Amino acid sequence: MSIIKKLALAAGIGALLSSAAYADLSGKVIGFSQIGSESGWRAAETSVTKSEAEKLGIDLKFADAQQKQENQIKAIRGFIAQGVAAILVAPVVSTGWEEVLGEAKEANIPVILLDRGIDAPEDLYLTSVASDQVKEGRVAGEWLVGQVGDKDCKVVELQGTVGSSPAINRKKGFEEGIAGHANLSIIRSQTGDFTRAKGKEVMEGFLKAENGGKGICAVYAHNDDMAVGAIQAIKDAGLKPGSDILVVSIDGVPDIFQAMVAGEANATVELTPNMAGPAFAALDAYLTNGTVPEKFIITESKLYTPADDAQGEYDRRKGLGY
Amino acid sequence: MKRKNWRGALLRPQFAALAAVLLINWLLFPGFFDITLQDGRLFGSLIDVLNRGAPVAILAIGMTAVIATKGVDLSVGAVMAIAGAVAAVLVTGGASAIVAVGAALLVGLLCGLWNGILVTYLEIQPIIATLVLMVAGRGLAQLVTEGSIVTFSDPVLIFIGTGSLFGMPMPIVIAAVLTLLATLIVRKTALGLLIEAVGVNRSAARFAGISSGLLLVLVYTFAGFCAATSGLIVAGDIRGADANNAGLWLELDAILAVVIGGTSLLGGRFSIPMSVVGALIIQAMNTGILISGFSPEFNLVVKSGVIILILIMQAPITSQWLRARTSERKAQ
Repeated sequence: MSIIKKLALAAGIGALLSSAAYADLSGKVIGFSQIGSESGWRAAETSVTKSEAEKLGIDLKFADAQQKQENQIKAIRGFIAQGVAAILVAPVVSTGWEEVLGEAKEANIPVILLDRGIDAPEDLYLTSVASDQVKEGRVAGEWLVGQVGDKDCKVVELQGTVGSSPAINRKKGFEEGIAGHANLSIIRSQTGDFTRAKGKEVMEGFLKAENGGKGICAVYAHNDDMAVGAIQAIKDAGLKPGSDILVVSIDGVPDIFQAMVAGEANATVELTPNMAGPAFAALDAYLTNGTVPEKFIITESKLYTPADDAQGEYDRRKGLGY
Repeated sequence: MKRKNWRGALLRPQFAALAAVLLINWLLFPGFFDITLQDGRLFGSLIDVLNRGAPVAILAIGMTAVIATKGVDLSVGAVMAIAGAVAAVLVTGGASAIVAVGAALLVGLLCGLWNGILVTYLEIQPIIATLVLMVAGRGLAQLVTEGSIVTFSDPVLIFIGTGSLFGMPMPIVIAAVLTLLATLIVRKTALGLLIEAVGVNRSAARFAGISSGLLLVLVYTFAGFCAATSGLIVAGDIRGADANNAGLWLELDAILAVVIGGTSLLGGRFSIPMSVVGALIIQAMNTGILISGFSPEFNLVVKSGVIILILIMQAPITSQWLRARTSERKAQ
């Protein structure tokens, strides 16, 4: 993807989110302490944050913490010393932030948390921008309810890493989404560790255990990568993913849109990598006229199906570093 | 004499453990032993066990040789990720599949060579020397893929992971061929004896005229080659190189497979086929857990419980106790 296309894309995303003018952020220095590059989604978040900042004329100081809190604390102290206008942090862990955020508060620098919360007094940060993981699961569940109507539907679930908050919340949300519809039931649920390889392996097991997959009407995966793995397992078993077995998952990574184009995936709930857009908007309002934003800004959990221009969505995303 | 050996080999606790795990799987899921032909390829839970167990089995082949020299190679999981990444990036960049596979295997050999040089000529303890590549290697793989999953549609690479030969999935074929070749090479030549000699006492082996340094480098390089082969299979299986997750923690499974197979971590006596059986026991357990319908919170507890049982079954104290009981009974 060319630079021009990237910029055009960034402008497009921004235009959707911003109605206010950002005159005040132009030329400001803002620090961004990113966790690292643990996943494709995070790489996309980094590139979207950079392009958002570029579009608004912000001088973004980017610090990659390589999955270590001590690096994040160092980076934040560095930002404070430089006297930045604001700090964005995607916190790697939830505890141990009181001291350094206290220092930022003393220096009168607003801090905005991106995509993860922390265990610290709420007055230490301006706001936190994150998705509602329970809602993501619920949206997926409700889509399936609408899709199958009154028919009986046995669902198999590919969970994320055991004990991780997205796995717990997306499971809970999906169960809420299908609650009250007795024709839908989750018959098997196992962890696929959020990876393609494990998603495929677990799905292979499910297919064997459920009479070659004939008893399964849908698979719900806690992320798209596991769904991509499951799709391959379904194909290997001689069934058609997308029609014999419905595939619904969460995240909205490029490859799931590619699967939709091929008719092998049915729906995904987007976890937007654009956490910075709402963050900059809140910051702008705060710096311009002192409007204190809500403490928890929830990003939209948008459902995409093949009808939503899957090819276009794929093209839009593939250059973001997923 | 020969025949008795065979019977003795089949009575080893590893085979009993494998049979027991498979039997439990069958009790949990009566269709466990059903095998059908699906699109010209064998299809069934038992095939899954072999197919999914192949990457760890291949790692275990190389790991057995390393452990027999009193070493250990923690980097094999990371080398898998590097090999997969190299192959995927090359084919998506337009290189031919032969070049990509060759390059991936070459990178695996180089990684192994690096480990071997650290262990042999710099005399760094194997656990530390290979830890370097375990940590750095995953980073290297991420550099190669730029942190994203590189997907490819090259038929040859995909064939390595998901194709089949005479109805047998390719990973099983590759693992079987490697097991056979490696076993023949170490047992039909003096190589196995030399490896054991180095493992028992490196200085003594050197004084006896074995070029132990060269042998060690060779063994680590072989482990790197095995890891790269595994990496190609895993990448071909998901049609993409996932640098963050490919081979993650598989070095531990490989070590476990070797230990279950009865090779001592202190070097010396080793058996490549038994390590492969160890890998199959682990995978039979994993597959069993998947089809059992237990909630995933129990996975690791069940797995560790079974492993403890297997290790107790093979402990010298258990066999002594069994022997004492049988001779008591005979005396009565």
